[in-house]
Amino acid sequence: MRTSEKIIEGLLWLSAVITILVTVGIIWVLLSESISFFRVVPLSDFLTEKEWTPLFADKKFGIMPLVTGTLLTTGVAIAVALPIGLTIAVYLNEYAHARMKQIVKPMLEVLATIPTVVYGFFALTVVTPFLQKIIPSLAGFNALSAGIVMGIMIIPMISSLSEDAISSVPRSLREAAYGMGSTRLQTAFGVMVPAASSGIVVSVILAISRAVGETMIVAIAAGQQPRLTLNPLVPIETITTYIVQVSMGDVPRGSLEYKTIFAAGITLFVFTFALNNLSFWIKKKYQEKYD
Amino acid sequence: MTNSDINRLKDKAFQVFGIFCTFIGLVVLAIFLIDIVAEGITRINWDFLTSLPSRRASRAGILTAWAGTLWILVLTTLIAFPLGVGAGIYLEEYGRKNRLANFLEINIANLAGVPSIIYGLLGLEIFGRQMRLGGSLLAGALTLSLLILPIIIVTTREAVKAVPRSIRDGSYALGASKWQTIWHQVLPASFGGILTGIILALSRAVGEAAPLIVIGALAYVPFTPSSPLDEFTVLPIQIFNWTSRPQEEFLTNAAAAIIVLLVITFLLNGIAVYLRNKQQKKIRW
Repeated sequence: MRTSEKIIEGLLWLSAVITILVTVGIIWVLLSESISFFRVVPLSDFLTEKEWTPLFADKKFGIMPLVTGTLLTTGVAIAVALPIGLTIAVYLNEYAHARMKQIVKPMLEVLATIPTVVYGFFALTVVTPFLQKIIPSLAGFNALSAGIVMGIMIIPMISSLSEDAISSVPRSLREAAYGMGSTRLQTAFGVMVPAASSGIVVSVILAISRAVGETMIVAIAAGQQPRLTLNPLVPIETITTYIVQVSMGDVPRGSLEYKTIFAAGITLFVFTFALNNLSFWIKKKYQEKYD
Repeated sequence: MTNSDINRLKDKAFQVFGIFCTFIGLVVLAIFLIDIVAEGITRINWDFLTSLPSRRASRAGILTAWAGTLWILVLTTLIAFPLGVGAGIYLEEYGRKNRLANFLEINIANLAGVPSIIYGLLGLEIFGRQMRLGGSLLAGALTLSLLILPIIIVTTREAVKAVPRSIRDGSYALGASKWQTIWHQVLPASFGGILTGIILALSRAVGEAAPLIVIGALAYVPFTPSSPLDEFTVLPIQIFNWTSRPQEEFLTNAAAAIIVLLVITFLLNGIAVYLRNKQQKKIRW
């Protein structure tokens, strides 16, 4: 009896420890392949070179164009999702009836359940043609429509996390603001949002991290042309799209071109890892302010 | 107009803006669904569901794609279910408040934030190359299992945590061992919540294309897989492939395939929501 209990506990322990192995595996795979990449391409070239052309005859290995492409689509997405998401959070908390909140929240969650490849199709076939009517110079592949659609996708992420943060602000603060004769708007932006700011910042950081790692929308709609630009109207390439592009082609395994996807991967991983841990840190540091 | 009138006006204006923002996302979603259905619904027929892929758009079907998706779903469930639930139970019931438990917790939160394409690179190297599984169904399912593991662990922990202390105490008082208590009391009581989490995780896995493309799943597979070691494609990859082509007819095919994918996704989510509501109504401790 005791031994079987021990065996079961051991198995359960093993399945928990597998999660550590996954992390170790990710770091090991990314590091081992990119170290052999950086033996050929110096890290300084990787960071300072202004062109990324590993698949051409004249090879240049500057990651910057992919990084700016990623930041561009992410920037557009946050510019869409932050104002809308935060407004929804404030509206649901300070204005809407409890019943409406109950109905609207799950409906918004639907936006987050739709597969990203479907959003990509939408960006390419609906949003880009529509925007081209307003901005005739807009290219068929561009960061703008990919970013806008990605922004719509991450609205529920910002709205629901910010909403949780605002609703955990003690009632007394709101009532004090009303007692001073504030309107709902003044209460919301003068008291509630500042009081919930750490939670809102966490939601935005997590949304940025999500947008940086998003793949299919940008692979379909933003183009495959690494370009050092902040112009959202032209085709660009993100880190994730580059990895997909190489995976779709037939680059021989073990070649330098093949190793570039791990170098691109580790760059992406460093970004998202830093963002995620920053959000944990903020959450931990500020979370118990009112307890 | 006095100051307070202006403030009241601003307040009203924001209310209107709030309603606008709340519904803009849903309106865009509606436009989008209508557009997809209008474009794709005429293409959906028995032949489309049962035909192999083809270079000619009008003859191409999604048989291999949805068969691959089904295979991936089953295999991923078989791998991720025991691992995720086991880890969740360990962390909630056995894990003492020590440094390992703390580290595990931070680690799982971190894994949840790793982009799916990075899991693809992991799968490519570990399952594809080291374990020599190549671009097979098994390699794909293993990769997706690791991807959804954090979701399953977190929801399992929440479901297990919701079972009150008194249930466990009652079981111990009758002389049950720790595992007997978990197996006969805690797990049956939390099963609804665990199931909901797993179905939500699977609906996430069904829509993933990026990690599977990276491990080497193909866009063109002229046969339905018959074993876990066969090469495969899935609906999202088929959609990606058709969307990337310039011809208009392939976009229609993509729209039709999207309808099928969305039906699967919404079905899974619907089941999860139904189970959750049922669970919430049934249990009052």
